[in-house]
Amino acid sequence: MIWQIEIVILIIVIILAVGALSVKDLLGAATLFGAYSFMMCLLWAIMGAVDVAFTEASVGAGVSTVMFVAAVFRTSRRTQD
Amino acid sequence: MKVIGLILVVILGSVLVYGSLEFPPWGDPTSPASSHVSPYYIEKAVEDTSVPNLVTAVLADYRGYDTMFETIVIFAAGIACIVLLRTFKKTESGSRLYRHIPTGITLKIEKKGRFPEDSVVFERIDSHWVPHDLIVQTTCRMIVPFIQIFALYVIAHGHHSPGGGFQGGVILGAAMIIYAIAFNLRSAIRRMSERSTVMLSSLGVFIYAGTGALCMLLGLNYLDYSAMAGLLGVDPVTARSHGILIVEIGVGIAVMAVMVTLYYNLASAGRHDEGL
Repeated sequence: MIWQIEIVILIIVIILAVGALSVKDLLGAATLFGAYSFMMCLLWAIMGAVDVAFTEASVGAGVSTVMFVAAVFRTSRRTQD
Repeated sequence: MKVIGLILVVILGSVLVYGSLEFPPWGDPTSPASSHVSPYYIEKAVEDTSVPNLVTAVLADYRGYDTMFETIVIFAAGIACIVLLRTFKKTESGSRLYRHIPTGITLKIEKKGRFPEDSVVFERIDSHWVPHDLIVQTTCRMIVPFIQIFALYVIAHGHHSPGGGFQGGVILGAAMIIYAIAFNLRSAIRRMSERSTVMLSSLGVFIYAGTGALCMLLGLNYLDYSAMAGLLGVDPVTARSHGILIVEIGVGIAVMAVMVTLYYNLASAGRHDEGL
C-alpha cells in the first residue's frame, strides 16, 4: 500500500482520539469518536481486512455514534471533569 | 494527579510499542498466526463449503459455535438494556402537544380535550420542540428502502463479498433508527413495536441454535450443516453453503432487533414515549 496515505491516516487517528478525550462538549466527543471509527475503518481496509472494515463502518461509525448521541440527548451535554 | 496519570500512560504506551517490536512482520507466512490452522482454511474452504469469502466460511461454519455465542451476547445486551432502562411508570401529564402542519401552529390540548387523530394536518409532537422538516422527512422516506435493500444484499451476499449477518443486521437496524430520527420515536414504535423487536431478537437466536440442533437431529455434529443435504436436496458441500446463509439470516434478524431495542430505550430513557 501507499505508505504516505497510511501515515496521514494514522496521524489523523491519533489527533481524533486525543480530541475525543479532551473535548468538553460530549456531543462533539461523540462526533469525533465517529470520525475516529471511520479512520480506523480506512486502516482496516488498507490492511486488507475488508470484513472488519465493513463492521467498523456500520457498527463503529454508524450505530454506536447514534447511541452516543441518544445518550447525550437524555443526559447532560457538558462533562463535569 | 493528572501528571502521574500522564507519566503512567507514556510509560505503558512505550512498553506496548517496545513489545510490538517483537511481533512478526505484517503478512509473514511463517508467523505462528498464519502457520497453524490458517493454511487449512485457505486451501480447503472452497472445497469444503463452496464459499469464496473465507472470512464468512470461518465465521459461520468452522467457528460457527463462537458466532452463535456472539449472537447470544448481543441478545443478552439487548435484554440487559431493557432490564436496566425500561420503566413502565406513566409520567405523562395528560396534556398533549399537536402541530397544525399547514400553518405551523402548536396546539396544547388539555386532558379533558378531544385529541385529534394523527393525519397530514395534525401531528403529535414532543415537549422538546422539533421543527417539522419536510426535506429531511421526504429524503429519509425515499432513502430507507434503498438502505434496507442494501442490508438484505449484504446479508445474502456474505458468501461472495465482505459482509454477512452482523453487518447487514446493523444496517437494517440503522434504517429503522434513521426513520425514528427523521420523524419521531412514536411513529417508529408504531411501525415496529417493542414486542416485535424482542420477539425478533429471540427468533434470530432461535434460528441459529435451531439450525445447529437440526443438524444434530439429522445425525451429525452440532452446526455441521452438511447434515441438511438430504433435507435441502443438494450435495453436502452446497448444504454447508446454504446452512451458512440460514444462520446469517438468523444473526441478521437478531442484530437488527437488538439495535432497534437499544435505540428505543436509550433515546427515550426507557419510557418509549418521546425521544430523539
